[in-house]
Order: sequence, then structure tokens, then C-alpha cells
Amino acid sequence: MTDYSPETTEKLRASLAEWEQDELAATLNIRPEEKTDYRTECGIPLKRIYTAADVADIPLEDIGFPGKFPFTRGPYPTMYRGRPWTIRQVAGFGNPESTNQRYKYMIETGQTGLSTDFDLPTLLGLDSDDPMAFGEVGRVGVSIDSIDDVDRLFDGIDLEKISVSLTINPSAWVIYAMFVASAERRGNDLTKLTGTLQADPLKEYVAQKEWIYPVRPAVRLLRDLIIYSTKTTPKINPISLSGYHLSDVGGNAIQEIAFTMAFTIAYCEEVIAAGMDIDDFAPRLSFFFISHQDFFEQICKFRAARRVYAKIMAERFSAKKAESMRLRVHVQTAAMSLTKMEHKNNLMRTAFQALGAVLGGCQSMHTNGLDEAFAIPTEEAMKLAIRTQQIIRDEINVTSVVDPLGGSYFVESLTSEMEREIWKVLDEVDRLGGAVKLVEDGWFQQKLADSAYQTFKLIDRGEKISVGVNRHVDANSAPAAVEIHPYDENCTTLQVSRLKELRENRDNSLVNDLLSDLKQQARTEQTNLLPKTIELVKARATLGEICSALREVWEAYDEPNIV
Amino acid sequence: MTLVTRSATPKRGIYRPSADLVPKVLAGSRPDIARMISRAEAGYDEASDALAALYRHAGRAHVIGVTGVPGGGKSSLISALIRAYSGDSHKVAVVAVDPSSPYSGGAILGDRIRMGDSAEAQQAFVRSMATRGYLGGLARATLQAVDVLDAAGYSPIFIETVGVGQDEVEVVTAAHTVVVLSPPGLGDDIQAIKAGVTEIADIHVVSKGDKPDAAATASALRGMMSLTPLGRPSEWETPILTLSVATGDGILDLKQCLDSHHAHLVTSGELALRQRSISRTRVLATLNHLLRREFDENTTNLAAHLQAVADRSSDPMTAALALLGLNRMEAKP
Amino acid sequence: MTVERDRMPGSENLSNTPRIRVLVAKLGLDGHDRGAKVVARILRDAGMEVIYSGLYKTPAQILEAAIQEDVDVIGVSLLSGSHVPLFAALGSLLRDQQADHILLVAGGVIPEQDYDALMNSGVDVIVPQEARSDVIVSAIRDLVDARGRI
Repeated sequence: MTDYSPETTEKLRASLAEWEQDELAATLNIRPEEKTDYRTECGIPLKRIYTAADVADIPLEDIGFPGKFPFTRGPYPTMYRGRPWTIRQVAGFGNPESTNQRYKYMIETGQTGLSTDFDLPTLLGLDSDDPMAFGEVGRVGVSIDSIDDVDRLFDGIDLEKISVSLTINPSAWVIYAMFVASAERRGNDLTKLTGTLQADPLKEYVAQKEWIYPVRPAVRLLRDLIIYSTKTTPKINPISLSGYHLSDVGGNAIQEIAFTMAFTIAYCEEVIAAGMDIDDFAPRLSFFFISHQDFFEQICKFRAARRVYAKIMAERFSAKKAESMRLRVHVQTAAMSLTKMEHKNNLMRTAFQALGAVLGGCQSMHTNGLDEAFAIPTEEAMKLAIRTQQIIRDEINVTSVVDPLGGSYFVESLTSEMEREIWKVLDEVDRLGGAVKLVEDGWFQQKLADSAYQTFKLIDRGEKISVGVNRHVDANSAPAAVEIHPYDENCTTLQVSRLKELRENRDNSLVNDLLSDLKQQARTEQTNLLPKTIELVKARATLGEICSALREVWEAYDEPNIV
Repeated sequence: MTLVTRSATPKRGIYRPSADLVPKVLAGSRPDIARMISRAEAGYDEASDALAALYRHAGRAHVIGVTGVPGGGKSSLISALIRAYSGDSHKVAVVAVDPSSPYSGGAILGDRIRMGDSAEAQQAFVRSMATRGYLGGLARATLQAVDVLDAAGYSPIFIETVGVGQDEVEVVTAAHTVVVLSPPGLGDDIQAIKAGVTEIADIHVVSKGDKPDAAATASALRGMMSLTPLGRPSEWETPILTLSVATGDGILDLKQCLDSHHAHLVTSGELALRQRSISRTRVLATLNHLLRREFDENTTNLAAHLQAVADRSSDPMTAALALLGLNRMEAKP
Repeated sequence: MTVERDRMPGSENLSNTPRIRVLVAKLGLDGHDRGAKVVARILRDAGMEVIYSGLYKTPAQILEAAIQEDVDVIGVSLLSGSHVPLFAALGSLLRDQQADHILLVAGGVIPEQDYDALMNSGVDVIVPQEARSDVIVSAIRDLVDARGRI
């Protein structure tokens, strides 16, 4: 990074040694440091001070310029000067109407993009009247059984104007089909729809643990979705590769990025094998990372991730377009850093994490509500979370300069160090046979469980500090008595009665014929299942019917037992 | 944060004498079978008459040992076999053994056999067992658990061993039929061969037959078997089956093969030989256990002897003889 | 383990003290298994024998596993918000099958307003997310001690 001559660097090192002998030694004599070992959260050792000598070996072109390969300094040349990040708070609960109402409230509050959470039955491809859905309908997200529910969800919202993010995974291809068919029904121009699906199956098997089918059919469904969406809805990101959940189950910053990149490689190989050019779909790959507690580590993580991704796309897949190499990321602050004790402290935690995401160059963000550790956030909590982002954006002037920390000896050095660690993991994944095989083997699952236990032990021993919980504990403070978002017990009843009505008022023989067609197509590895799925949802086949038809073909997934 | 909220009405347990459990075990009551196995594991003296009674009722089950390296798919194979046998209205049981931690004595009994709906789950009996410091791939009470299940009418009974390698050969002296499972590896890297357990197999199974390298693994096993002398004299020719739990291919073949091995044991008279060898192992293991326990409970001065050996004022042989109440003169040359 | 003890090697199982057996279970569609797995390891490290159920189990499946494994404790971790109906279903199954000597421990995200409902379903202890490992371990040991031998 520096263009110092070797002699100058030597001189610098000599004067550093001198400083250590004089000023530093004298101070240490009087006052030893608090710890003997300083590290980042993921275990990278930290020096006391970083100098130009630490960055002397970093090639200038690794740092480069924003909007230019390898995008270390940001995906776009003007960053927030051109367009601030999107404030995108996720919401979803109950019936489609309840979520629709919350959306309208959030748009009024100044939210600039929508994001939908689905309930567990919807995520897992079960209808609300399935026995396994007992107690879960509309609980952790909105319940969707059919295309009619998607109509209700976005009623009165202009889908050509506001981008929609759908946090949907194993059943993503069906929800996408419903979304497209519903938009079509409303007369929208499909090429103008913007938004993102999560649809990242490999991370589901290792982290969020939502699945319907075995690993390989799930990857095939994603392949079909990417190919179809790229052609039909060119402004929709069919996937959001999600490191967030890897972190959520215990992964550290290196694992978060490295595993996500390993999955990216696997998906790209799959789509390329189906005959697509990398530059035709890579521009629509999007990412979702966490912004966690270790402030500088997280900032450097975002920078290192952009650099690694750009190099993978350019070197491994010979991408030509800049858009194929530019990593765009949605960030959520760390829900697991929130505490129940003195829960208002969570506002401060979230604000720092959000600032880290902005300094790291995110494109959109969800800030957690202060009660997110216990329940679906209340409207009040959501408003404070949005205000947090607005204060960062509009009051404290951190958006005027692109990558303001670029060039810092420490930040550049840590970025490069993290990049090296990420490559090490990726090399290991390649050596062991690639991401898909390692997911089937439980390799990632074991690494994450080990890391989670390690973190737990640090907390348990009080070595990882949580203010108000294991440090600065106020004996008088009790856990928060917070207002819990009420669960609507009638939600199941309503969804179930709607299903009954729907099944009575549609052409059931058409639905059955289409389901048989779908099963037939699924047996041919090359066939894209999206067109048939869209026909099905238009014929008002339900999510559960479509998903269980394919379970007959592919069977269910049996998880390797990793504890 | 130390708050743990407790119920105001604590639960109380009732200890029913083991003798009362015996008729219920024989009648097939699952909670009582489970409790009897726990008592065998705990080694309660109170339970030994009941276990003796059950032993006399047992002896009808086909006992099948399944062994192989960890991660080879033993549990999913057994799950598939349970389904295959349950379809034939057999009452199938499994005793799955996992190692105890040498540090804490605790264990994670990781691979609980995955059962489907509860009707299916009720027809099969699955019991996980920790080794509790016992070597050889089984737990001390594994065969007592098999007795209990046998007496309750379960057959076949699968013993899934700790997959660690040569240590687990004890399963040979515990089961009528031994299945060695090998996941597909890279040509010469057959885990069973490396672990030295090829010669104990009555049936070799190559799992994950849908993977491309399964055929290579099967042929490597075949090559290896032509070189290895037979572990025990038998008319039985050890087959090598390739199957896939994922697709279901080969599961019924394996079931058929297990049944014909059992038929072979019966008609050839080898069953009696195996039963005798199982008895031998069990009597000697029990004897060993009793001696150890006797020693543990009645030995005094162990610390002093150990210190003397450490100080080199004594030696291991002298100390051991003294602890046994013998002296060097009495010891045999 | 290198500590010198006055026992013969391999004699760990000679005493007549049964080990506490725990079924760590996931119920319903909740896939959050980080906490359940951490707890499984904590209990193992405290000398207990732990059976992990895997994901997506129904109350009936958990009951059957608990009976066959003859566990002392079922620990269920739930973060999906469905704890009230699921514990009610599990608790009534335990009572119906005369298996209510099995202690029921609830963990995960459980708002205090639901504590009473869970206790009424037969839950013996509710462990908050922030609980330290020694608190969890001693709560289970105390419960098993108080219940007595079975």
C-alpha cells in the first residue's frame, strides 16, 4: 500500500523498535496493560499499534477505488453520496392482512424497502391445515398458503415503486411463482419488479435448519429459480447468500464469509453447468451479513468479503462484467448480542453495530428492535430502530466520504489478514470435495457447533463481556417487562377456513393434472420447474400441495446428527 | 442471571422392585423394559435376580452386530432395516452404543435412530447406551439389555457399536451375525481395512451405493478378502452388498441376506458354537467385573502401595501381589 | 483423568449410582438448534448422558423416545414462540402415559408472562437464555435428587 523503499520501511521499523524501548517500556513499567493477549472476536491477534510497515506488503490494487475491482472500498464509486442505504426492516406475522397493515405503517415512518418474514409452515412448504403446522401458523411470520394470500399481503402497495425482500428458503421457488403470478394479475410490468429472495439452501442445512428435500434437489430448485428469474424478472435478486445465519448459530466472522463464499461457488458451478454464462446471472447475486459486536473486525469483514468475492468471480469464473464482481450486501445487526437484562441498552448496542455496517459499506440494513431478543418487535421498538438508522444517515455526517477508514494502517492490515484466513478455509473446502458434499457430510455443521460452544464457554466464564449481564451488573435491575406482540389465535382458523374454501372453488382435476406433470418434470434433472409451478399457483394449487408432490419424488431430508 | 423458575409441586419417583418388572417385561411393556435396562446399566444388586430370570427366558432373538467407522451411515442403515422388518410385523430392537467422555463420564448419545410417526416408533425399541468406561466397543450392560429385549420378544436385535476400529471386535463375541459397514472411500482407502475389522464380517455392506466411488470400494474389499484368511472357520461365504439408504436400493437384499445367514447358522450347527462362544465371553466378563468390584470395595492401603512404587521402595509386581494378598514366594514362576 | 485415584482402571461403572439421562429435544418446526446443542454439551461435560432428538419432532415422538431411553429429564428448547401449545401437548401425553416421573425442563425464548401456563402443563423448571451452565446443571441435579430413584 505504501510506496516506501525497503530502506524507508527498515527505518520505520527501527524507529518503532526505538519507541518500544523508550516510551513504551517506560509506560509498561509504571502501568502494565490490562490484558496480555488482545484479539478480534474471531481470534486474530491484535497489535498495540499499526504503522505503515504493517501495510507495506499490501498491493495498492488490492485496496483500489470504490466501484472498481476488487471493490474493497465499496461497490459503487459514489456510495452514500449517490444513494443512501435502504432502510429495510423485516416484518411479518399473522394473516397477510396484519402484515399488510404493518407495512403501511412502516412506509409512513420512512422505511424505503419492504421485507417479509414468513411463518414456519410456509417456510417448510406446509399448508396451515397440516398437522405439523399445529401452533405455528402466523407465529414467527406471515402465513401464505396460496396466491390469494400474496394478493392480500401486498394489497394497496405499488410493487413497481418499492422493492420487496422475501425471507423465504426451502419453498422459495413457490413463493416466487406466487409473487410473479400475483403481480401479473395486478397488471404489473414484471421487468420493473425489484426485490430479493433469500433462497440460500446450503446455509439452511448448516444453520437455519429449514429444509424440505435432500441437499441436491434443493440446490437444483435454486438453480431453476436463478435461471428463470434472471430472464423473467431481471431486477429481482433470486438469492441472498446469507452469512447472517451462520453467525447466528455460532460462526465467527471468518466462517461467516468463508462458508458463504463456498456456497456461492457451489451455486455458480451449478448454474454454469446448466448452460448459463456467469455474467448473465452473477450481477443478481446478493448477500446478507451480520454486523456484530467487534466494531473494527466487522468493518474489515465487509471490506475483505468484497475483495474475496471479486477475486472469485474474476479468477475462478472468469467473469467479465464489473456487476458480476461487485458484492452488494444487506446487513442486520446482531440479534444475539441483545440482552433481556436492562434491555434499553440494546438501543446502544444496535446503534454501534449499525454504524459499523455503514462504515463497512452496506447497501441496505435492518436494525433490530430493542425487544427483538424476546419477541416480534412492537411498533414503538421498530420506530426507534428506524430512527437509529436515520440519525446515522442524516445527523452525524459519516456518509460524505466514501470508505472513510480506508488507508488506516490497522483497517487495511486487518482486512488483508481476514482475507488470507478466508482463502485458507476456501482452499480446505476445495480440498475436501466442495461445499455440497461437505454439507451432506455435516462438516460445516460440526465447525459451527464447535464455535458456538466455544463462544458459550467464554460467556460462561465471564471472559466475553455483556454489560448488565456479567459486567456492571445492577443488582436492582430485573429482566425487562416488555410488551409482547400478541399472537392472534384466530389466525389459524382463518387460514384453515380459507384453504377449505379455496379447495372447493377451483378446478381440482386441473390442479391434479398439473401436480402429476410437475412430478414428472422433477424426475428429469435438466427441466426447469418454474414454468409448471407458475401454472400451478395460477390454478390455485396451494404451497403445501406443490411441496408435498415433490417430496414424493425426492423424499425428505435426513440430517446428519451433529451435536 | 441465575433465575430458574421452579414448579411449586416437585415430582416424586417411586422405586418398584425389579422382581415386579419381570412379568411386565415378558408381557412387552415398553416403560418396564426401559427401566429394567436402566437397572442393568446402573448395576443395582437388587436387579440381578430379575436379570437372571429374564436371561432364562431369552435366547430366541437373532442378534445382529453392526459396526464400521463413524459417519459411515450405521444409524441410517439400521433405521432402514427397522422399517423393512417392521413391515414384516417383526418387533425390532436396537441397542446403540456410544462412548462416554473419559473426562466427565458423560456422553452424547449422538445418533438416535430416526423413527417416523409414533406408530412406527412404538413397534421398534431403540435404546442408546454409553460405554461408561467399558472397552471393546460395547457397554458392560449391552448384552443384558439384549437379554431384556430378547425376553420381551424382540427379534432381530441390532447392536450398533462404537465405530472406533480394532477395539470394537468384541461385537463378534456378542452377536450371531456381524455386519461391517464401509462408506465409499477412495480406492485404497477402505476404512474397514485400515481399522482391521474386515475379517470379523459375516456380511460386508458398502453404504451410499448411489455415490460413484461405491463400486470401487466394493471391489477393493473383494480384493482384500481374497488375501485375508478367514476370521473363523465357516461354510458361509461372506457376501459384499452395495446399498443406498437414500434410494432404498439394496435394503431388502440385506434383509434377505441377514435372514439367510441366520438360517445357515441354524442348519449348519454353527449357531450352537456361537452361542457357546458368547456364553464364554459373558461369563468371563462378568467374572472380571465381580473381581474388580470386589477389589475396589475391599482393598485398603492402595494409596500407600502406589506411593511405594512411585518412590521405588517397591515395584509394580510386588505391590500387585501384596494387594491380592499373595507374596512373591506363592506366585507361580 | 490423569489424577491418581484409588480405583482400578475401567472401574468407573462399579458404583451403584445411575447417571442422569437427559433427552434434549426440539419440538415442532423450530429449527434453532444452537442452544439445544450447547446445552447437550454442557450436560455431557457435567457427567450426564444426553440423547439429542434432532429437529422437527412431535410431542408423541418425544414421549416415545423418552420412555424407551428411560430418561430422567426431557429438556426442550423452543425459540419459535409456540412453547405454550407444544408444552401443553407434551405435558398431557406424559400424564396420560404415566410417564410424569420424567422431569420437564423448558429453555429458549420464553416470556415471563407464559411461565404459569408452562408450569400448569407440567414443566418443572424454566431456564432463561442467559442462565450460566452451573445453574442449569445444578437445577437438573437438584430436581433429580428431589424426585428420587425410580
